Amino acid sequence: MDTINLSEKTDWAFIEEVKKESGQNPSLCYQCGNCTAGCPYTQYFDYPVSVIMRLLQSGQKETILTSKAIWLCATCETCTTRCPCEVDVTHIMDTLRIMARREGKVSEKDIQLFYDSFLDSMKKHGRIFEMGILMGYKFKSGHLMGDAELGPKVMSRGKISLFPKTIKGADKVAQIFNRFQEKAKKHG
Amino acid sequence: MAEKEYAYFSGCSLEGTAKEYDESLRVVMKALGVNLVEPDDWSCCGSTPAHTVDHVFAAALAARNLCLVEKMNKEVLTTPCPSCLMAFKKAQYNMSRDDAFKGEVNELLDEAYNCGVESKSSLQIIYEDIGLDAIAARVTHIMPDLKVAPYYGCILSRPPEIAQFDDPENPVSMDKVLTAAGIDVRDFAFKMECCGAAFGVPKQEMVNRLSAKVLEMALDAGANCIAVACPLCQQNLDLRQEQVNKTMGSNFNIPIIYFTQLMGLAYGFSPKELGMDKVIVSADKITRRITKEEYAKIKEEEAAAKKPQKAKKEAAAEETNN
Ligand code: SF4
Ligand code: SF4
Repeated sequence: MDTINLSEKTDWAFIEEVKKESGQNPSLCYQCGNCTAGCPYTQYFDYPVSVIMRLLQSGQKETILTSKAIWLCATCETCTTRCPCEVDVTHIMDTLRIMARREGKVSEKDIQLFYDSFLDSMKKHGRIFEMGILMGYKFKSGHLMGDAELGPKVMSRGKISLFPKTIKGADKVAQIFNRFQEKAKKHG
Repeated sequence: MAEKEYAYFSGCSLEGTAKEYDESLRVVMKALGVNLVEPDDWSCCGSTPAHTVDHVFAAALAARNLCLVEKMNKEVLTTPCPSCLMAFKKAQYNMSRDDAFKGEVNELLDEAYNCGVESKSSLQIIYEDIGLDAIAARVTHIMPDLKVAPYYGCILSRPPEIAQFDDPENPVSMDKVLTAAGIDVRDFAFKMECCGAAFGVPKQEMVNRLSAKVLEMALDAGANCIAVACPLCQQNLDLRQEQVNKTMGSNFNIPIIYFTQLMGLAYGFSPKELGMDKVIVSADKITRRITKEEYAKIKEEEAAAKKPQKAKKEAAAEETNN
């Protein structure tokens, strides 16, 4: 494994913030590497998940929040299931992702765009309109032709509808979005 | 059989790209005497994207639905989709253990959720509440050419504290359900390995590589079909199989079939009723069916044909020994 570059000063406030938001104690990690050994995405991560844990213990906020790893993590729960110290590693990754989003430091813009199209669709219709998500994502990301060959396959089997179905309580769902955004603004 | 009834959350995928999962599950549940009632006007559970935004927000999107179930006076909600299941279970787990969290979630909702609903996967209902004997009793047909690798996906039994179902490293529920339905099930080392489905759209190549491993391991296990319980896995492995072949220079052609579709076939329902025409890689060639009686007869005849041979061989062996 590469040596870890501890280029930043330890950001103690960041460690405390992660502790508080995740309810987890990163210092319990003794670097056994079990989480990384089972992580199906580790070859695509810029920092393996156990290295993220080490970087977290030493408060390397910038490195962590701008890492690709926190966005390529699929929340598969393998690391949490296998950590001998019972650290909920998946939940820490999740918390770091939320923090990166909040601070505008997202390294994997396409993934964020995809999630955002999903949430847009949900806010509008109350349920997910698959076609709408795909088109929304293509439009915003500029990857217009990606997956184009899949279209005819799903269409010919009548699996994807071209028109959204909006539930009666869509406004109630949108309310959840609005209340959350207001609250987030207040706590800013 | 006594009728059982559950609140049923199909989820958004099952209204679109995973229609055949919903269709086949309903057919099978009905055959097993289970009544599924949908909460009126349910909304999306929030799934992966919501929990990249905020945990309270994500829990609120899930809890709106749990609230609807509470109003139906139902204590158990079943959903076939592992992603929806996880959203509900996490909301339930965190809200029932942490009053401050519960308060924050309820602030986002119109009506407060009182944490009275337990969510279970439809696989769990079939395995635990219906049981293997009842599953086996309903079988009418055998598919002699079919060899199945059961693929659970990553989160059906993980993390154990939240999932509260089956084994987190080596789940066996689907293996047992399919075996009870008279299906030949293979040992599959990759039964829980993540296929990458969540990133299919923005990270196509990475996902193709992960899928290729799952497909290859299924072939290695001697299977000619993968049984799935997750709409995202199905879509990813089936719809993108040609993409995988292009990326990897491979030529996979493995049908990816919902376990409920396979059960339905064993119960004698028509492929059409079970949405078998909706999957991309066709399973027609491997799902030839004969009735249980015919199958038993063939097996008997085979055994009878073997016996004299065996007797002859033994006699011959004895002679040479002497
Ligand atoms: S949850 Fe994320 S970090 Fe953990 S094993 Fe899965 S992909 Fe890797
Ligand atoms: S499995 Fe747990 S203890 Fe081991 S390196 Fe990962 S987080 Fe640390």
